[in-house]
Amino acid sequence: MSALTLTLKSAPRQRVDLSPLSAAPELTPAEVAALQVWAGKRRYRIDELFEIEGEDTRNLVLRGDCRKFDYVGRDARDLSLTVAGSVGAYAGMGMRSGTLHVQGDADIFAACELRGGLVRIDGSAGDFVGAALPGDKRGMRGGIVLVKGDVGARCGDQLRRGIVLVEGDAGDWCGSRLIAGTVAVMGRVGKHPGYGLRRGTLLLWQRPESIPPTYGDCGVHTLGFLPLWFAGLRRLDSRFADPANAFDRVHRYGGDLAAVGRGEILIRAG
Amino acid sequence: MEINGVHIDDTFAEAFPMKATRAIITAQNLEWAYHSARAMTGFATSVIACGCEAGIERELSPEETPDGRPGVAVLLFAMGGKGLAKQLETRAGQCVLTSPTSALFAGIDGGKPIPLGKNLRFFGDGFQISKQIGGKRYWRIPVMDGEFLAEETTGMVDAVGGGNFLILAESQPQALAACEAAVAAMKRVPNVVMPFPGGVVRSGSKVGSKYKALNASTNDAFCPTLKGVTRTQLSPEIESVMEIVIDGLTKEDIEKAMRAGIEAVCRLGAGAGIRRISAGNYGGKLGPFHFHLREIMA
Repeated sequence: MSALTLTLKSAPRQRVDLSPLSAAPELTPAEVAALQVWAGKRRYRIDELFEIEGEDTRNLVLRGDCRKFDYVGRDARDLSLTVAGSVGAYAGMGMRSGTLHVQGDADIFAACELRGGLVRIDGSAGDFVGAALPGDKRGMRGGIVLVKGDVGARCGDQLRRGIVLVEGDAGDWCGSRLIAGTVAVMGRVGKHPGYGLRRGTLLLWQRPESIPPTYGDCGVHTLGFLPLWFAGLRRLDSRFADPANAFDRVHRYGGDLAAVGRGEILIRAG
Repeated sequence: MEINGVHIDDTFAEAFPMKATRAIITAQNLEWAYHSARAMTGFATSVIACGCEAGIERELSPEETPDGRPGVAVLLFAMGGKGLAKQLETRAGQCVLTSPTSALFAGIDGGKPIPLGKNLRFFGDGFQISKQIGGKRYWRIPVMDGEFLAEETTGMVDAVGGGNFLILAESQPQALAACEAAVAAMKRVPNVVMPFPGGVVRSGSKVGSKYKALNASTNDAFCPTLKGVTRTQLSPEIESVMEIVIDGLTKEDIEKAMRAGIEAVCRLGAGAGIRRISAGNYGGKLGPFHFHLREIMA
């Protein structure tokens, strides 16, 4: 069966909540075509917005300029969703399982409150990747987010479990208020990394401009879990999967001592 | 049945159901993995008094271990799940956690999960860190040489304990040489351990005793120095009997190990003083697993 391909007819004027599309694996192509989505105060059928081809409703492809489409893949289960371009905000929010592959950029709150599966963004992502929604107390609770470009501020804010991988740079407040889990950044990070971090790990390839004063220098160590952690990423199509980028020797800073203080910033050493 | 002049008795070994688990110990080098594994599987020859039976199953190359370091696989067997879990935890805590550079991983993915690092983590006094990698949880416990890494659980499966065979020889050195050959061959069989010292038992037991406090005592029928004063099973030329006990994850594993061991003994043959192969059983009352020597060697 070929993937169910939705090609955008024309870019909508208003932002569109595309979350109903997450039910696709349980529907027939005709039922997917009849799904209704909101754009401002108007409701559209999916086939009013997209040309639809293919049969496999577990395997969706979105084509066209989808930057005004929010909540793509929201709460999805067992759905393989590819966006051949960029998407709007809240992409992959609360996703349970499956994959969301954005071949362009993603707007704010990508993979926020993710529960499982893989969210891969080939371009860059906005602020609050893997974070909690405003007012909520827990961000991502499982799964992996891979961003091949850069991410904005507050990446992994209140992340509870799971892994956020950033091949590019991260903005300010990276890993802020981390509850547990891991945020790994290959590029540079902005100001205040690990602010308010309770538990969990902020793994950095490059030393930040400054380490927050509420972190204690624990020295340089060889940590046995790191080879295992990197081995767990080998199946990803990512620089994180390349053994040449793996390491087990790190400079460890424990903190944030202004919060619970059981977390750490690990910076590649040697 | 006779193989290379060695008589194979028409009898069977009697084994019983056990619970088993496997743990993988890695370290900076094989020597330190062995230090830890030997300590963990020490004093674990018989459930009669040790709480569990355990042994080193085999060496693991860095490619075979979760963390890419050299390691060894150990198997532990006990009569019940609770006892096994307690023994595993106690031994892991005292023998692996304490051993420099060691790490501890599950060796069985299926079965019922039992704690491996799950409770050892509390040694970290709140500084322990959990990491979920590939759907499994690991604990990083800060220790004085760095960090002790332990997987949260390992799998417990049904297993078989007490497979055995007896080597009857013309002299003690000949019996021991045959046992050494057998154990060397059996160590190449996966999923089994021979839990006694060097894999060999010289004090085979029978059920019961004249002393009320004891539930097992020397197997006088196979003691060569008692040939003239008890209902012996030994002919005049037999001067020494040694036993190899095998615990395995399945009946088939024990059969393979017994066959490999008996073949190795028979290769030495009557010329090396080996006269008979026999087996220990209790008339079928002890356990449901019967290993008939002649069927195994057919």
